Amino acid sequence: MKETVVIIGGGIAAIEAARQLLSLGYSPLIVERSNSLGGHVAQWHRLFPDMTPAQDLVRQMISSISQAEICLGTEVASLNRLKDGYSVVLSNGRNVVCRAVLIATGFDLFDARKKEEYGYGIYNQVMTNRDLEQWFNTGNDPRVRNPKSIGFVHCVGSRDLKAGNSQCSKVCCVTAIKQAIEMKERFPAAQIYCFYMDLRLFGKKYEDFYINAQKDFDIHFIRGRVSQVDETIDGGVVVKAEDTLSGKPLKVSLDLLVLMSGMVCNAGSASIAGMIRADVDTDGFLRSKDNVYNIVESNRPGIFFAGACTGTKTVPETISEARSAALSIHNYLKG
Amino acid sequence: MIDFGFKKAKSSTVNLDEVDMRLYYAVAEIEPDIKRCMECGSCTAACTSGPFNGMSLRQVIHGLQRGTDVRPMISGCMLCGKCSMVCPRGINTRHLLLTISRIYSK
Repeated sequence: MKETVVIIGGGIAAIEAARQLLSLGYSPLIVERSNSLGGHVAQWHRLFPDMTPAQDLVRQMISSISQAEICLGTEVASLNRLKDGYSVVLSNGRNVVCRAVLIATGFDLFDARKKEEYGYGIYNQVMTNRDLEQWFNTGNDPRVRNPKSIGFVHCVGSRDLKAGNSQCSKVCCVTAIKQAIEMKERFPAAQIYCFYMDLRLFGKKYEDFYINAQKDFDIHFIRGRVSQVDETIDGGVVVKAEDTLSGKPLKVSLDLLVLMSGMVCNAGSASIAGMIRADVDTDGFLRSKDNVYNIVESNRPGIFFAGACTGTKTVPETISEARSAALSIHNYLKG
Repeated sequence: MIDFGFKKAKSSTVNLDEVDMRLYYAVAEIEPDIKRCMECGSCTAACTSGPFNGMSLRQVIHGLQRGTDVRPMISGCMLCGKCSMVCPRGINTRHLLLTISRIYSK
């Protein structure tokens, strides 16, 4: 009988960890509260830096775990420490006893309505990065009507102490550039502006993306954080920021404004952590045993982490971490 | 008009809706590398004449993007070419300045 490992969450971290645990000879049980696997990535259109279709990646990953047991639409009702392991009670009434639990609960997208000055949910022509990805997927959003001018606001809810999030969400800079390029390809006549504080393009080929956006797609980068958005009489918006490189205030009217909502810790993560008294770190994400050497282990025996529940992560980082977590679980279980 | 002893200051706001970028695009047509500038300021920091007359290539490029007249500034360039040695994006800055001057003189 193969040993069961409960994986809480059904995003890419959970799927990849399940795949590795299967190949290591375990029987992973994925507990996902929504009705589908793939998490945030499944809602995305294309992934930087090679414009990989997100749906293809998720489909390929899901097909690799056909042997795993998956409980969709199911939540963890309680998680209790036993003498040698954990008792996991699911919302469908099932009780699973296992020696290792992997928490892969991921992140929530920052609720852009909290930054009221940007007018999300108030003005018609303001959308988020996720709304735009959904438009790329479905082609169905009344806000996108042949825009002549488009703005992207970086750091919405990230690096924002007042919003309660001091962390950088890492992926928004390159996502904004990716989305700006994708919009320019669809609307070549549009003027596109990115409002940034500083561009954090740390990953493989991210900087190349930036140069391409400037050189080949004529995207304008304005260093200044948007302070205010107002609706105009014709239904567009006027955006105000400081053009910090000239030290002057700046305004521009736009037909569409896209807010790069950042990552915040999933609200469900804290409640699961609370059940087993796992710590929450000072940034609001779950606390790893060590933030340098041991990110995938928690301070509780048999509880492991993978993905954005411990901090903002890119897709490749999440996948690597899931593999690392699977190996750590294997080492833990074989004693 | 009655003089009340005060006057209205002109707003310094850059209104991108009204900015005339034709000159910038005319330069970019000949020198597409101008678009690669990320305004790091290396050129300005290396500039030999800037500390004496305010010449700043970064501000010249920024000015073109904001539709301001940059002629007074480029007249301070001595064409020494030091800026092209430090540009991390490999822009031929000396040639760029000559192109800007040439377009202005037309």
